[in-house]
Amino acid sequence: MSKEKFDYFIKGDKGKYEVVIGLEVHAQVLSKSKLFSGSSTKFGADPNNQVSLIDSAFPGMLPVINEECIKQAVRTGLGLNAKINNYSVFDRKNYFYADLPQGYQISQYKHPIVGEGKVLLDMPYGSKEIGIERLHLEQDAGKSIHDMDPTNTYVDLNRSGIALMEIVSKPDLRSPDEVNAYIKKLRSIMRYLGTCDGNMQEGSLRADVNVSVRKEGDKNFGTRCEIKNVNSIKFMQMAIEYEATRQVELIENGKEIDQETRLFDTKKNETRSMRSKEDAHDYRYFPDPDLLPLKLEQKLIDELKKSLPELPDKKKERFMKEYGLNAYEANVLVSEKEISDYYEEVAKLSDKKLAATWMMGDLFAMLNDKGLDISKSPISTKHFAELVQSIKSGEISGRIAKEVFEIMLETGDNPKKIIESKGLKQQSDPKELEKMINEILSKNKDKVDQYKSGKDKLFGFFVGQVMKSSGGKANPQLTNEILKKLLKG
Amino acid sequence: MVDITNQSLNDIIENIKTKKISSTDLTKAYINNIQSAKKLNAFVTTTFDHALDKAKQFDNKPNFDQLLPGIPLAVKDLFCTENIKTTAGSNILNNFIPSYESTVTKNLWNNGSFLLGKLNCDEFAMGSSNETSYYGNVINPVGDQLVPGGSSGGSSSALAADLTPATIGTDTGGSIRQPASFTGTVGLKPTYGLCSRWGIVAFASSLDQAGPMTKTIKDCAIMLESMSGFDEKDSTSINKKKEQYSKNLKDNIKGLKIGIPKEYRVDNMPKEIDELWEKGKKILKDLGAQLIDISLPHTKYALPTYYIVAPAEASSNLARYDGVRYGYRSKQGKDLIEMYEKTRSEGFGDEVKRRILIGTYVLSSGYYDAYYLKAQKVRQLIKKDFDDSFTKIDAILTPSTPSSAFKIGEKTNDPVSMYLNDIFTVPVNLAGIPALSLPAGVDKQGYPLGLQLIGKALDEQKILNIGYAIEKNCRFKNKIKRWWL
Amino acid sequence: MSLDKEKIKHVAKLARISVDEAKVDSLTKDLNSIFKFIEQLNELNTDKVEPLTSILNQSLRSRKDEIRDGKIREKILKNSPKENEEFFVVPKVVE
Repeated sequence: MSKEKFDYFIKGDKGKYEVVIGLEVHAQVLSKSKLFSGSSTKFGADPNNQVSLIDSAFPGMLPVINEECIKQAVRTGLGLNAKINNYSVFDRKNYFYADLPQGYQISQYKHPIVGEGKVLLDMPYGSKEIGIERLHLEQDAGKSIHDMDPTNTYVDLNRSGIALMEIVSKPDLRSPDEVNAYIKKLRSIMRYLGTCDGNMQEGSLRADVNVSVRKEGDKNFGTRCEIKNVNSIKFMQMAIEYEATRQVELIENGKEIDQETRLFDTKKNETRSMRSKEDAHDYRYFPDPDLLPLKLEQKLIDELKKSLPELPDKKKERFMKEYGLNAYEANVLVSEKEISDYYEEVAKLSDKKLAATWMMGDLFAMLNDKGLDISKSPISTKHFAELVQSIKSGEISGRIAKEVFEIMLETGDNPKKIIESKGLKQQSDPKELEKMINEILSKNKDKVDQYKSGKDKLFGFFVGQVMKSSGGKANPQLTNEILKKLLKG
Repeated sequence: MVDITNQSLNDIIENIKTKKISSTDLTKAYINNIQSAKKLNAFVTTTFDHALDKAKQFDNKPNFDQLLPGIPLAVKDLFCTENIKTTAGSNILNNFIPSYESTVTKNLWNNGSFLLGKLNCDEFAMGSSNETSYYGNVINPVGDQLVPGGSSGGSSSALAADLTPATIGTDTGGSIRQPASFTGTVGLKPTYGLCSRWGIVAFASSLDQAGPMTKTIKDCAIMLESMSGFDEKDSTSINKKKEQYSKNLKDNIKGLKIGIPKEYRVDNMPKEIDELWEKGKKILKDLGAQLIDISLPHTKYALPTYYIVAPAEASSNLARYDGVRYGYRSKQGKDLIEMYEKTRSEGFGDEVKRRILIGTYVLSSGYYDAYYLKAQKVRQLIKKDFDDSFTKIDAILTPSTPSSAFKIGEKTNDPVSMYLNDIFTVPVNLAGIPALSLPAGVDKQGYPLGLQLIGKALDEQKILNIGYAIEKNCRFKNKIKRWWL
Repeated sequence: MSLDKEKIKHVAKLARISVDEAKVDSLTKDLNSIFKFIEQLNELNTDKVEPLTSILNQSLRSRKDEIRDGKIREKILKNSPKENEEFFVVPKVVE
């Protein structure tokens, strides 16, 4: 890997501080209905329209668990190389809030469904393993809306009861960059598995960030603060930087760090204490008597394991071996399952290496430009592969290929047709080219003389003239060779 | 016209089937009784128009094959009833109208019966005398100034006073069996999971069970058959084939082994209770059953265990009554937290608040292990006591309560003495097993006393059969005069 | 272990129940007598006993992942103390 070295420390007057970060990621489980009720989980419905009597905690309502959510948690656990617990228990986490109708959240406390696992990160300074402490299932809360009315808060329970996986990492992360890589990796794994769509704008992936600092070389952890509910990687990174710096300043000034819950204010770019939550921190967990312990049969776990798709780490290895890609290319192309699928289809029909280059270049730029996912690409894998092959065979030049690509985008036509109908085929016939170049040279006798008397720079002028008169179709390599030969004469 | 309302449910059903009485006339007779029994304060809500409507529908198109053909029934106001106010005896649900019907009541209606009204009960079923209800004390028809027991006190009072041919209650620590015992009626707490809890206002989820309250064992079998059954909406519902308890009822108990637990002979137990127990043993022996002395060594810890587990679950179950989505909301409260505190303080009565505080405390950080966890361990021991015993015996015979009905106000100032009333009934809830209380005698004041039969899980048929045999042989007759008229 | 007034007020705060100052004394007395009764359990050694998690000896039953509920906003909001056709409405949350 690269020779770059890990170097993220907060510098204080009295030395360098290492930042220790652990994440509790809340990932919304992909399922049609909620964890304990049959209401829809679809995003963007009218307020309180995806709410059942259970989600709104009417008297006498009881939870019944969604089997798909259990499977999704197991799949995710397997994807994180984690231990699946055959016995797990649902507990009640008790606290009062307007958007928590039951007055408790059903979660898992002492016996989570998934135990320890690990995630591998590719960092510029090498690969790094991040430990997973546990994964458990829990209910999401509803949404409180504070800005619709000056004296009242409005409550929408559409989210109430949607299944979340809380994925708790060990305090193994050391920089905002590692957090970025970790979240992206988790997201990628879950998207491969189809267990979470990872859509951060819609709140499908959010995290509580635990931050502490310690002098470089210290073995003991410092006092940590928990920054609640951060919903973008950028904000996580900003919050960590702010919080770590704040803690270092406190330490350097000889002050204590309070272990507390903090909020990241995205407008002011700072974290602040959430004192109001403090007294409610006694959650009084106890096993939910409306539910029984969940006993998973090994057979089910084995079946799920067998049906898992190839995950990014494995796929990356294969791409390097099978397609001769370098680590960087393989990493990019396996980052999303859809991207890897697209690549593999193209690679089947064209040059593997060139396909990778063109995908990561022009195709990604175009998709990015249009804000499209690769699954919505206006260019099919078949057409894209034909384009790559046309370049490979020398039929068109890279420059012409860009032009063809643009036309493909506009018309949706296949590249062969475009190349033919527009006469874009590269001129690679030496005789024809030589004839054309001779004509150009005889028209520009003065320039030829200047060149011969030492003005080397004029070579570019002649190339330009050839391209101009060929409409860009002249094979550049051949043009160079012939020009050199004729100008020598 | 003969008064049909003092007959058993089974006899009434016969009269309906043989067309000796119409459902409408039957319903009118009960309405008449209810209207002249306001003093008992057994009802929170009456649904006479609804009942008469349903009765008429039945008479126009009778279906006599049903278990409860054309039978009007009043039920404890803890069962949610669609479009009919459901209060749980609390101010906090004073204006609550569910849009749904509890599974158990729906089962009853599907078997041909219909709702006559909602019966008073202790607030959120927390009480042993019906004195914690927001809707006032209920009077025991056995005698003016006597409590009907609790928490299903409206149910026991209405049943004994012929205001409903049968009824249902809920039993978390004795709330069916103790009031049955106090009113000379039959009450059964089924195996945990036999009757669905869906749509029943929850008190303590791991202990709550709905069950029948009736005048006879046969009636009890009919009602249990009608109300029980698997419900996919309740994760703790047991998935098993429905039993025909009434058809299979038989009084031959020859050769059955009946356990007599020595721990149920407690200090200061009235002589009459002891005599009643002896009477029960003698009847069983005479019928060819074998009495076996057994020990349930952790019995004395059942009540303290119960008073940790039940309040803990209740403190969480009752968190949903916060004034946000339904029920009472205090007019005071500038911000959300103040609104919560005022709403819950004004909406709940003293006993409920007391239990919420106990429950909150035993679960709170630093106390969980010493109280809640400890109680769950002791609960395991109590369950094991029963499991061990049931390898040797078929059923257990005990008294239902340590005393007969007491006077209103007699125990309200001392919560522990009130709690002690459930000393014989609570262990069964902790173990999740079925138990039946049936009237078997009276004390010297003439107040009824009950015997309790405890079975192993899902052995309802067996304890019903034993009860049936005792009932036939002890010749108990409830002598209630309608003094309230 | 005895419960003092401060502890009771703290627990009441957790339970979101405001306690009437005039009633604190009698409440303290009642709760202490109840806890004295409860603490009989301390006579028992339970070191080797597994706590009971469920009275039923079966695994959790699950349901199929199907949309079978929701779209009943009117029913959900019907009992709401503060009328609104779309939302539950509560006094402003002070953070």
